Amino acid sequence: MKLKSKICAAPYLVWMVAFIVAPLLMVIYFAFTDKAGHFTLENLSGLSQYSSVFIRSILLAAIATVICLFLAYPLSFMLSRLRVNKQRIMLMLVMLPMWMNFLLRTYAWMTLLERNGLINSFLGLFGIGPFNMINTQGAVVLGMVYNYLPYMILPLYTIMVKIDNSLIEAAEDLGANLFHKVTKVLIPLSMPGITTGITMVFVPSVSTFIISRMLGGGSNMMIGDLIELQFLGNSYNYNLGSAMSLVLMVVVLLCMSVTNMMDGENKEGGVI
Amino acid sequence: MENTIVALKDIVVDFDGEAVLTGLSLDIHDKEFVTLLGPSGCGKTTTLRVIGGFLEPKSGNVFFDGKDITGMPPYKRQVNTVFQKYALFPHLNVYENVAFGLRLRKVEEKEIKTRVLGMLEMVGLRGFERRDPTTLSGGQQQRVAIARALVNHPRVLLLDEPLGALDLKLRKEMQTELKRIQKNLNITFIYVTHDQEEALTMSDTVVVMNGGDIQQIGTPVDIYNEPKNAFVADFIGESNILSGVMERDFCVEFSGQQFACVDKGFAPRELVDVVVRPEDVQVVPAIQGQLSGVVKSVIFKGVHYEIIVEQAGFEWKIHSTQSQQPGEFIGMNIGPDEIHIMHRMEEAAR
Amino acid sequence: MKKMSFLSKAYMVLIFSFMYVPIAVMAVFSFNESKSRSNFTGFTFDWYINLFRNDMILSALGLSLVIALVASVIATILGTMASIGIHSMHRASRTVIMNISYLPVINPEIITGVSMMLLFVVVKNWMGGKVFGMPTLLIAHITFCVPYVIFNVSPKLRQMDVRMWEAALDLGCTPVQAFFKVVLPEIMPAVFSGFLICLTYSIDDFIISYFTSGTLQTLPIAIYSMTRKKVSPEINALSTIMFVVILSIILFVNAQDSRRQKKSSARRS
Repeated sequence: MKLKSKICAAPYLVWMVAFIVAPLLMVIYFAFTDKAGHFTLENLSGLSQYSSVFIRSILLAAIATVICLFLAYPLSFMLSRLRVNKQRIMLMLVMLPMWMNFLLRTYAWMTLLERNGLINSFLGLFGIGPFNMINTQGAVVLGMVYNYLPYMILPLYTIMVKIDNSLIEAAEDLGANLFHKVTKVLIPLSMPGITTGITMVFVPSVSTFIISRMLGGGSNMMIGDLIELQFLGNSYNYNLGSAMSLVLMVVVLLCMSVTNMMDGENKEGGVI
Repeated sequence: MENTIVALKDIVVDFDGEAVLTGLSLDIHDKEFVTLLGPSGCGKTTTLRVIGGFLEPKSGNVFFDGKDITGMPPYKRQVNTVFQKYALFPHLNVYENVAFGLRLRKVEEKEIKTRVLGMLEMVGLRGFERRDPTTLSGGQQQRVAIARALVNHPRVLLLDEPLGALDLKLRKEMQTELKRIQKNLNITFIYVTHDQEEALTMSDTVVVMNGGDIQQIGTPVDIYNEPKNAFVADFIGESNILSGVMERDFCVEFSGQQFACVDKGFAPRELVDVVVRPEDVQVVPAIQGQLSGVVKSVIFKGVHYEIIVEQAGFEWKIHSTQSQQPGEFIGMNIGPDEIHIMHRMEEAAR
Repeated sequence: MKKMSFLSKAYMVLIFSFMYVPIAVMAVFSFNESKSRSNFTGFTFDWYINLFRNDMILSALGLSLVIALVASVIATILGTMASIGIHSMHRASRTVIMNISYLPVINPEIITGVSMMLLFVVVKNWMGGKVFGMPTLLIAHITFCVPYVIFNVSPKLRQMDVRMWEAALDLGCTPVQAFFKVVLPEIMPAVFSGFLICLTYSIDDFIISYFTSGTLQTLPIAIYSMTRKKVSPEINALSTIMFVVILSIILFVNAQDSRRQKKSSARRS
């Protein structure tokens, strides 16, 4: 019986090898060859001239991730302590913007942050400004936070609803103040949610090219923009683009192994 | 003798190299209530699954009504199973669950209806046809599972710890109920349980299993009164098991004393296991006892007191209607009829 | 539960306004007569009318729906079959397959997009002719959808009592009948939710499509090209419509859910 049902997986296995494994092998192949197909390390060594872009990407993504964590942590806790039917509604409110295409969400901020956009004209009523908000790194971070905040809230919330109130009360009973309640009880217990949230915000942030392009203008390029230029932009250099992709993958893998280490053994799955 | 309906011959089963059944042979007589009894991991459920066809033995043969059915898939066998935790189909209502097997056999709709309703009547669930099985209580789900199996008129019904999930009172009820159904339908039931009391109450024949093989086959009375080895004695009811030496016929030595007994035919000075049931030990004043010891603890168990007495490093378990004081020095007497002597088990089986 | 303190209430209001004010602003300005993004000069439906006359948007929407539907159906079948096969495999091979399936989920989307593009380019160089288009788009969408089906269906299979399957065989089902009569109905909710996830991910996807579509325009790609033009209030209108559509779908699904819950709890009591 068992033998026969294994065959059901065969079509997918073929598909998986052809369209998941093979493309990634292509990336590796292209990263280590030149246009003529000869082995070279030049693509990778040539990346040093883009180091500022790499550093900026990681930095902006890290800032956005930290802001998301700080904004989402208290909110998730509050959500998890609401009455159950209220939780349902609030959770829906958290997810609703996620369902809207992120291009539209980002576009919304484009219009808000513009020099003659709503925020500046609102501030103008009080005689302040206008400020130069769009096409700055701040705008890029704002865009990341706005787009990926739900990805931080959801895993945190899922882990926090499982934390029993009695645990917190027990800590209180044993003389913990607010600070200790958070650092000694809440944070250790919600660690798996924190790490999942960090990965889920950092990975799309560090690899984005839309947010930086729409809110950062031309001057705040990120890794994603560079890669996109090599494949569809004016640069057209698949080999260099592959090398960049490879480095990006390494960055992502590093981020995940760091969070994995933070997590220790008690690994919980993500929300999706 | 009655004719054999299911016969297992030298069945060997192993999972990933670990032996589960080690050459088991068993004849099951038609129209009997047979119980496979043993601790978990003894191979009783595996035996049942071999009969049901869910597991193919590595070697050995399964015969049904004299025909070799080894390797025949379950859906072609004339047996049906009541599964552990019932395995009712949650997407079908009670009626459709029971009708499932008949539908597959393309039985006429009218006949399906009479048979399903008749079966629900028998298990006391008329009026529950439209209910979702998940909304039923454990006992009711159990009845549906039984009806679903029996409606197909199997010659043999396999039951895999069917009462395991029920509470004590319900178990007792269902035990009588199952016995009644088996009598009414006059078919073979093969019943798997680890509960010795259940096995003794319901069965015509009890098969005690351990370590992948059969320890003893017999009527409940035989098994209880004449356990063949210390394992059976220990598993069926509570026992004091001591090692002793058979001095000669009708005389055995254990705990430093010689006792009269009713057993004979052992080799001279053969090392034996001696089994004494806790209720068979009489408590007497210390000087009158064949043995004497110190009461270590007394626990009230409802019908009797369980008294633990230490004597020469062995802790005797005694059931008595009279309480004793812990620390007291008491005597113990054991009549010749109450001493069961059996050949020493190999260490492996213990 | 104690009443929530004023501070936490204020905090929640603040975060939720951060999340919803931009959307609300877009909705308001979708009715703005002028193209200004800061002054509301008058009420109009013009942008909505323009939107429905915009062939580019309409054909992109059509393409997105077709791709989503076809890709989701294929991905659901492929993924369900895969789950069943994987379920009966040994632990080691199961872990390997699951981990590879995780790649498109954890990899940055741009990497998935770029890597598939490379594959298609290589195929194109070999075979020549036009490669990019509907087939590549479909392949890409199926590829990133299948894992979600597997991750939905596999746990359900694991939850399922093996005895359910055995009971079906016991009652006379052949293995194939047992699958369709017992296993499939049992895992159907998971299969269906997997299908829905595929639909939403496929319709929503921009990055992977962007690299694999050639010259075809799905709805997100069309939106992207619209945002490149500086001022286009049709986007506001489109966003508003999408928001309303999503909101009503969610409300509808939720209402269904709570009705079903009420029904089942009523039956239980």
